[in-house]
Amino acid sequence: MGVDLPLIWALIIGFGLMMYVIMDGFDLGVGILFPFVPAREDRDLMVNSVAPIWDGNETWLVLGGAGLLAAFPLAYSVVLSALYLPIIVMLIGLILRGVAFEFRLNAERAPRYLWDTMFAAGSYIATFCQGLVLGTFIQGFKVSNNAYAGGALDWLNPFSIFTGIALLFAYALLGATWLIIKTEGPLQERMIALARPIILTVFAAIIIVSIWTPIQHPEIAARWFSFPNIVVFSPVPVLVILATLALLWSLRPDAHALPFVLALVLVFLGYSGLVISLWPNIIPPSISIWDAAAPPQSMGFALVGTLFIIPFILVYTAWAYSVFRGKVRPGEGYH
Amino acid sequence: MEPSAASTTALDLARFQFAFTIAFHIIFPALTIGLASYLVTLEGLWLWKKIPKYRELYHFWAKIFAINFAMGVVSGIVMAYQFGTNWSFFSTFAGGVTGPLLAYEVLTAFFLEAGFLGVMLFGWNRVGPGLHFFATIMVALGTLISTFWILASNSWMQTPTGFTIADGRVVPTDWFQVVFNPSFPYRLLHMVVAAYLSTALFVGGAAAWHMLRGRSTPAIRTMFSMAMGLIVVLAPIQMIIGDLHGLNTLKYQPAKIAAIEGHWDSVPGQSVSLNLFGWPDMAAEKTLYAVAVPYLGSLILTHELYGQVPGLKQFPPDDRPNSTIVFWSFRIMVGLAILMLVLSLWALWLRWKGELFSSKNLLRFAVLMGPAGLIAVLAGWITTEVGRQPWVVYNVMRTAHGVSNHSVAALTTSLAMFVILYIIVFGAGVIYMLKIVARGPDEEGPPEDAIDNPLHRPSRPISAAENDAAVEPAETAGK
Repeated sequence: MGVDLPLIWALIIGFGLMMYVIMDGFDLGVGILFPFVPAREDRDLMVNSVAPIWDGNETWLVLGGAGLLAAFPLAYSVVLSALYLPIIVMLIGLILRGVAFEFRLNAERAPRYLWDTMFAAGSYIATFCQGLVLGTFIQGFKVSNNAYAGGALDWLNPFSIFTGIALLFAYALLGATWLIIKTEGPLQERMIALARPIILTVFAAIIIVSIWTPIQHPEIAARWFSFPNIVVFSPVPVLVILATLALLWSLRPDAHALPFVLALVLVFLGYSGLVISLWPNIIPPSISIWDAAAPPQSMGFALVGTLFIIPFILVYTAWAYSVFRGKVRPGEGYH
Repeated sequence: MEPSAASTTALDLARFQFAFTIAFHIIFPALTIGLASYLVTLEGLWLWKKIPKYRELYHFWAKIFAINFAMGVVSGIVMAYQFGTNWSFFSTFAGGVTGPLLAYEVLTAFFLEAGFLGVMLFGWNRVGPGLHFFATIMVALGTLISTFWILASNSWMQTPTGFTIADGRVVPTDWFQVVFNPSFPYRLLHMVVAAYLSTALFVGGAAAWHMLRGRSTPAIRTMFSMAMGLIVVLAPIQMIIGDLHGLNTLKYQPAKIAAIEGHWDSVPGQSVSLNLFGWPDMAAEKTLYAVAVPYLGSLILTHELYGQVPGLKQFPPDDRPNSTIVFWSFRIMVGLAILMLVLSLWALWLRWKGELFSSKNLLRFAVLMGPAGLIAVLAGWITTEVGRQPWVVYNVMRTAHGVSNHSVAALTTSLAMFVILYIIVFGAGVIYMLKIVARGPDEEGPPEDAIDNPLHRPSRPISAAENDAAVEPAETAGK
């Protein structure tokens, strides 16, 4: 049989995680921007712009977990137990953020302020923890006897804290550009103004991670800087610079969807840089997708349904987005 | 692969954390499953008969559904990750079976629910009535598909078939046998009917509460009538399914049945009496203070007068589930089931006499029974999960061998965070849900003029569970 099941599954999970980062990225970004927008009507608009779709966005995270368990149970087990506390705290952040969508509108004035704070706090906590997870993942895990052999706090180090903060800015960028599409008037102007410093920070963070990672990990340096890789991969940094410049240029008063699209491009480039650095390891630094693969009977069974169903998911998700297209406007009640 | 080296304390903490998080979680999906189907029924009746009370009820229960669904989603994500964070040896060992089942649940159910939920909750004025009805149906279908996969996974862990063990891990050999394992059909039916019963009791209790306060509108009477009607049909069916499920458990997990019955000694040729009450003592190996009915145990468990079933002493002490817990959790479930039957027959009798809405005693009883279904669901799950111990995959992997190697400190931290957070967050959510229940359905429903006006978009407040009373002038200014 010539089908490389682990390879196909790595592509599917990679696709699912990218969908998650993009989609939950912008709605977590909306929460991250909350402290910068104090007015209640504006906050309502911000929440309303993602209320009908956030749940679907977050489902990609569940698919990431389930897909990993189905296709690479060893990676699921090792990575999640190595990252025990950050994962638990991330889940707690997602809980606070998720229930705040509903609770803030059912609360009286004082608890409503509390749930607004929880909405923002949950978004910060979840995003920062995802960044910690990302940074720890890049640095790799100690594994022996097919189990995690490192300490309970290995994830706590300068690099992963840096990636945690960097991810906050990346999601804030997605959130701000999303709100440029969905809002108008002063709130939209505010988002355009906020986007500029966020873009520059994200760009700086990408450069710092791109220098820091190869210095720490010679094998990743070799991956990028050896010949012919250096030629093959050179479009990635060039495109990062072009995307950043285009983003800055696109932030004009009549901006609509272009900044968001360019922000997606930038995030996608960062993501592909990560894949180039770590491929084909699913438990860095040394366990590959083939080492960690589930039995072929498991991968094959799950694959049939996945390839059949994902197109349907994409179609009806796109339809749901189109139902709620256009600007969100205040003062139009649903009851 | 070496088994887990976690200490007993760490194992107990991890087990308690799982029990705590899943016990909170299961309450929400149980209501989600029932309410989603109820909403389909209400919207269908509204489209068919165009009687306003059905639309009022739809919008009323959709608000409660929205809060409940959000709590189910966020508490459910915890479960999807906890298998890896806390049960990594189990996941490495059995992920080849449980992983694909969970992946199918996400793909066929979670996305379906999430994709159509937005349109269902916020799209009443944005899409046509037919398309909106379709969205509601898809959400309800998603809840049932989700039940299918997660119960397939749980049932496989209870009665595993269709696999072999190679290189120290489970390798599926026959997916049909994995999914349709021996206990699956019974457990699936039992859970779906339990979700419907729980919802009917909750809806009926809410209606009775309003009627006791003199609020007896057509919508509220319809709520009560539909709820009592569903219970009188489902409660007896549930008892039959439960009986069949019990016989199935006796065949595949006899130790669980022995523990449920506090039955220690099996004497061939002698009938088994049924312990109505008592206190199974694991150390003394007997059931203290037993109030027993002769022959009844044989009759219920084997449907014969002298049928014999294995006693707990036939199993090595290390392989025995805790009889004290499951003996009582089972009796709580069955006791509540009997009360449900009484409630529904009483309501049937009063309906026949034309007094369904006028008996204060029936209404008070219905209010008290409002949470009975959810409590029975919890008691039932405690029975089947504690009764499965000490195995995580029955007779294949012990729970102690599946747990991650975390320190007591890490586990105490996470458990404390979960307990504090769940009590505050889900406590607040339940209070908000009950506040909406207490406010009752709006009698006028959504403004009709909104339907044809393209500018009239449901943007603020966009939450389906929005509090009308909290709307302030600043937000209504744009109208």
